[in-house]
Amino acid sequence: MYEISLLTVMSFSVIFALSLNLITGFCGQISLGHAAFYGIGAYSAALFTTDGGSFWLALPLAMAVAGFFGFIVGFASLRVRHDFLAITTMGVGFLFTGFVRQQDFLGGEEGIAGIPDPGIGQIPYMLLCAALAAAVIAFSLYLKRSWMGHAFDAIATDEDTARTLGIDVARYKLTAFVFGTALAGLAGALFAHYVKFVEVESFDFIESISVLAMVIVGGIGSVWGVVVAAAFLSVLPLLLQVFADFKLLIYGVLLFSVMYFAPGGIDSLMRMVWRRISGRRTAA
Amino acid sequence: MDALLSIAGVSVRFGGVDALADVGFDVPQGALLGLIGPNGAGKTTMMRAVTGMVRPQAGSIVLDGVEISRLPTHRRVRLGLGLSQQIVRPFAGMTAAENVALAAGYAKTADPLRALATASRTAERERAGALLDLVGIADAADALPAELPLGYLKRVEVARALALDPKVLLLDEPLAGLNTGEAARLADTVVDLNRQGTTVVLIEHNLSEVMRVCRHLVVLDNGRKIGDGDPAEVMADPAVRDAYLGAAEASGEARDAAA
Ligand SMILES: Nc1ncnc2c1ncn2[C@@H]1O[C@H](COP(=O)(O)OP(=O)(O)OP(=O)(O)O)[C@@H](O)[C@H]1O
Ligand SMILES: [Mg+2]
Repeated sequence: MYEISLLTVMSFSVIFALSLNLITGFCGQISLGHAAFYGIGAYSAALFTTDGGSFWLALPLAMAVAGFFGFIVGFASLRVRHDFLAITTMGVGFLFTGFVRQQDFLGGEEGIAGIPDPGIGQIPYMLLCAALAAAVIAFSLYLKRSWMGHAFDAIATDEDTARTLGIDVARYKLTAFVFGTALAGLAGALFAHYVKFVEVESFDFIESISVLAMVIVGGIGSVWGVVVAAAFLSVLPLLLQVFADFKLLIYGVLLFSVMYFAPGGIDSLMRMVWRRISGRRTAA
Repeated sequence: MDALLSIAGVSVRFGGVDALADVGFDVPQGALLGLIGPNGAGKTTMMRAVTGMVRPQAGSIVLDGVEISRLPTHRRVRLGLGLSQQIVRPFAGMTAAENVALAAGYAKTADPLRALATASRTAERERAGALLDLVGIADAADALPAELPLGYLKRVEVARALALDPKVLLLDEPLAGLNTGEAARLADTVVDLNRQGTTVVLIEHNLSEVMRVCRHLVVLDNGRKIGDGDPAEVMADPAVRDAYLGAAEASGEARDAAA
């Protein structure tokens, strides 16, 4: 059923976008290679279940493997000056696709086909993805209100001043990288067991830019804005063939429009509409 | 040794400039020490060396018996330093109260996972309110930094440093941007805090307040220490008068003219 597919795609895309929002939105660390961790999650889950492993174990495994690589990349990035982080993470993305293409055990150019069905049926799988997306939304909302969220906020604004308040910037950044990449790994595992086939093109630079576009269009750091943006942008190519054909062009126009007209993204538009509505209500 | 903060042989070079050349002095427990000198003397650089925001080429900095000169800034802060910077650096997206509350929550932000486990800010917000009141800007609690004049932002900066419960409070020109009445009030507050046990290093160009509240002066000029001791005696030294007062009067006049 078509609607079920759409909801499933929306759900893991929301998880993927929120995972980057945690790193880039909350903690202020740009990443142009986030699809690599989505890919690491997808490939490790695919390898595990095609080898007979249980789907239920594949999910935490994908998170652990992606989070492990996230830790390493985060650790290496700590030494990198802020303006070079974009280049470094972009390099990580290319390193991932370049590596996967060369490896027979990862299917090389052909990818991995025949990923077993989780065996729970289409609707329950959609519900599982939706429930996990809801959990990640709740986690994001909570994190933002917690002291970790306040420390992230300080680091994103001015990390030198954060240090003068006793905040261990390096450890917080590493934590953001590990959380964010582990959640990208979870999204990747859900994606892999939905399409049942992984190939390296699904995790390339364009995918990294697409997920960053979701975060920017939604409003950097905004949970609900990013949820709305990810939900729409992930299914538009499935609904409209033109969107699929001109995806990059449309993303380009969207990014430009957001930067030019509404730098706060969907989040700021939602707030504006809300103020209008509540303003009219108090006026009435 | 009863020095709470002991600085010895600190040298900082920026390119060809000796911002600090072999400077050392002791800040005794309970002191209210004035660190003065003309523009570009190296006062701010000394604060930044103490907090680890610049790395000196040489020197030792001991805080409460711990050599801190190789530690990262956040560790030094947690060992008992509180810094109010000359160029104010409020977090733009947080209100004045939230800025101070973030500092007041230092125990909660010590570890990322513990920080994740707690969300309540009630106690820290109360503390922030009390500190903003103490520095005389309770009315600004819910304002964003962009809405506040410099005299207010300076005091947000001071309140934020105080929220860390520092053993040594480092204040870099906290009175700049305040009118005479506000400056005298904030200086009195600093004296009160000092009486209650906080050791203070005060960098100030407002000499009348410095002479009124400080019981010990260190004078820098051109990266070198040229005076260290009782304020009246230090100011009577012809070398200090020459190097410092001429320049201070000139810049003071320039400042008055600009105002
Ligand atoms: N980051 C830097 N890079 C290069 N030179 C610097 C830097 N910071 C300070 N300096 C230089 O070091 C010297 C000391 O500067 P510093 O800011 O410590 O003086 P100050 O005593 O605080 O002066 P003021 O009273 O104007 O605040 C000056 O010559 C200054 O130009
Ligand atoms: Mg200075």
